[in-house]
Amino acid sequence: MEKFTKMTAIAVPLDRANVDTDAIIPKQFLKSIKRSGFGPNLFDQWRYLDHGEPGMDNSTRPINPDFILNQSRYANARILLARDNFGCGSSREHAPWALEDYGIRVIIAPSFADIFYNNCFKNGLLPIILPAAMIDELFNAVFANEGFQLTIDLQQQKITSEASSGSVFDVSFELDKFRRHCLLEGLDEIALTLEHAQDIRIYENKQKEITPWLF
Amino acid sequence: MSAKTLYDKLWDSHVVRENDDGTSLLYIDRQLIHEVTSPQAFEGLRTANRQPWKLSANLATPDHNVPTTDREQGIADPVSKLQVDTLDSNCDYFAITEFKMNDIRQGIVHVVSPEQGATLPGMTLVCGDSHTSTHGAFGTLAFGIGTSEVEHVLATQCLIQKKSKNMLILVNGQLNKGVTAKDIILAIIGKIGTAGGTGYAIEFAGDAVRSLSMEGRMTMSNMAIEAGARAGMVAVDDTTIEYVRGRPFSPDKEHWQQAVEYWQNFYSDADARFDKTITLEAGDIKPQVTWGTSPEMTIAIDETIPDPASESDPVKQEGMRSALSYMGLTAGKAISEVPVDVVFIGSCTNSRIEDIRAAAEVVKGKNVSAAIKQALVVPGSGLIKQQAEKEGLDKILLAAGFEWREPGCSMCLAMNADRLEPQQRCASTSNRNFEGRQGQGGRTHLVSPAMAAAAAIAGHFVDLQSIADNSYLVEDSYLVDDSYLVDDSYLVDNSYLTNKG
Repeated sequence: MEKFTKMTAIAVPLDRANVDTDAIIPKQFLKSIKRSGFGPNLFDQWRYLDHGEPGMDNSTRPINPDFILNQSRYANARILLARDNFGCGSSREHAPWALEDYGIRVIIAPSFADIFYNNCFKNGLLPIILPAAMIDELFNAVFANEGFQLTIDLQQQKITSEASSGSVFDVSFELDKFRRHCLLEGLDEIALTLEHAQDIRIYENKQKEITPWLF
Repeated sequence: MSAKTLYDKLWDSHVVRENDDGTSLLYIDRQLIHEVTSPQAFEGLRTANRQPWKLSANLATPDHNVPTTDREQGIADPVSKLQVDTLDSNCDYFAITEFKMNDIRQGIVHVVSPEQGATLPGMTLVCGDSHTSTHGAFGTLAFGIGTSEVEHVLATQCLIQKKSKNMLILVNGQLNKGVTAKDIILAIIGKIGTAGGTGYAIEFAGDAVRSLSMEGRMTMSNMAIEAGARAGMVAVDDTTIEYVRGRPFSPDKEHWQQAVEYWQNFYSDADARFDKTITLEAGDIKPQVTWGTSPEMTIAIDETIPDPASESDPVKQEGMRSALSYMGLTAGKAISEVPVDVVFIGSCTNSRIEDIRAAAEVVKGKNVSAAIKQALVVPGSGLIKQQAEKEGLDKILLAAGFEWREPGCSMCLAMNADRLEPQQRCASTSNRNFEGRQGQGGRTHLVSPAMAAAAAIAGHFVDLQSIADNSYLVEDSYLVDDSYLVDDSYLVDNSYLTNKG
């Protein structure tokens, strides 16, 4: 997994609540047996005017000019600013894969759906929860200032903006210690768990007495 | 020892070790595997040269991509075919038990596992699918995971987890006739919202829940995730134990008594503390129909479509406007006047034998309205299909004008060939009414099987209780006649089994 330490990038505002994983990556793209290549189909049904299917040449498809990701001022965005309950719905890890493949590394929202939130950390994505009022301020700042950039520092757990960008932000965010550690180091969780193989065996031996029908 | 909730007991009995940072290593008793969220996990296992930790903990079946029409020709879509073939070859390679597409036991994972007794009380169960919450109906800690975690469980039989908070949802009293588990859960989601359960494990309790069959409890737990909760549970009682008895993967005679005594511990202690409690009166719940693009956008059949202007929160108001526009509906219109194009009875929410019986009961001797372009019944498993045919339900449904299909996820998410055309409006017994869920531009209204069947006959949504000929409501035999739970010979006769897991 790719490490996440510190990043400065443009933030793109997706101003709607309950963005579900079907919207993030529609089901026809879930037929892939690979982990990569989902980026061009991120938000497919909002991003393009036609119906997307796997195998299409996305560069020739009609773009929806009204969709926020298609506006040139957000072309190089790597931070997604979102509303409540982002990532609700299906457990598909294809959703964080698509965001990551597109180039997004940070999502800032007032709340996330649990499974999506969890899946982000397995893929080097940093989901940040901030109070709704602060999210409102960020949306306003992004809309008001073209080229508005944020710096995300995971080590310091801070979000800042440059004074020159129009609005000044300097806020801290909370994050679970274990998740922060894994992201900072880019750790393989399976290897971490296998360090406790002996504990797992001890647990199993105990359970063989209590629930023998499961062994 | 202090009082514990059902969730506390399930959690505590599966902690392998507690880490310093507040996370725990949680042991997983059962993993269900399907073709969509597993290929990258198997590939990861191979790349790292790892083996599955405990083979017998895994059970696989293809469901999302399988055709529901004649399967003799295989899968027409090459991309779908590759995904199903990949599951087959991965299961063969690692020697994981799989019910392949043409096995009578194949079906939707969340239907197959309980039916086989692979879902048992007191266990932890995961699957790369959010509707894994279904299995909580058995007093099981069951939740959906992503593909990285599928790989993690394959390799270690464990997950690194942080404990959720406890929520109790009490449904007191008795349901009115024609009101089902689906209506209860939609009413709950309407009340607490799609994020209401985020961060919580929900326990459903109260007289109305207690009197539900296992099928009904599964319908409720299935949609806990639509309320934001990864897990939704019901405590173990006699209904649970009787359902589990004699199934292929259930404990054998030698262990049965020990198992029953163990399972009977899985309930919340009387003085257990919940972080949040929600109470509903069953008698207040009417048949539900969703009107928007989120399961929380639900109303009773006798209500009108709400007006965004009445919502004070601007983000929610915008959500309502955009939902009305997508759904092609206007505020103030009675939901019972909304015409339907397609009816879908199926999915891991409502494709079990009780659901098919309920639909057949409503349409018996009647005809699907000429206004309906397609009416589909897709049983949840090959064994349910077989049982329904034994009872003659297929003939009732076919005679009324329904199509009778092979088992799979089908039009719930339209990964196979079953899908809505743009702007088609569907009365669906599935679980999600998101934009494009049943096909790009398709408009989904979530309802119970009886409500879907009634809409097929009427050509629009209709109050079951207002239909003149509602003998099936007075009779109500499909709700109380659960002889199939005892009889259940279609499962006890498991001569087809070669691998007893």
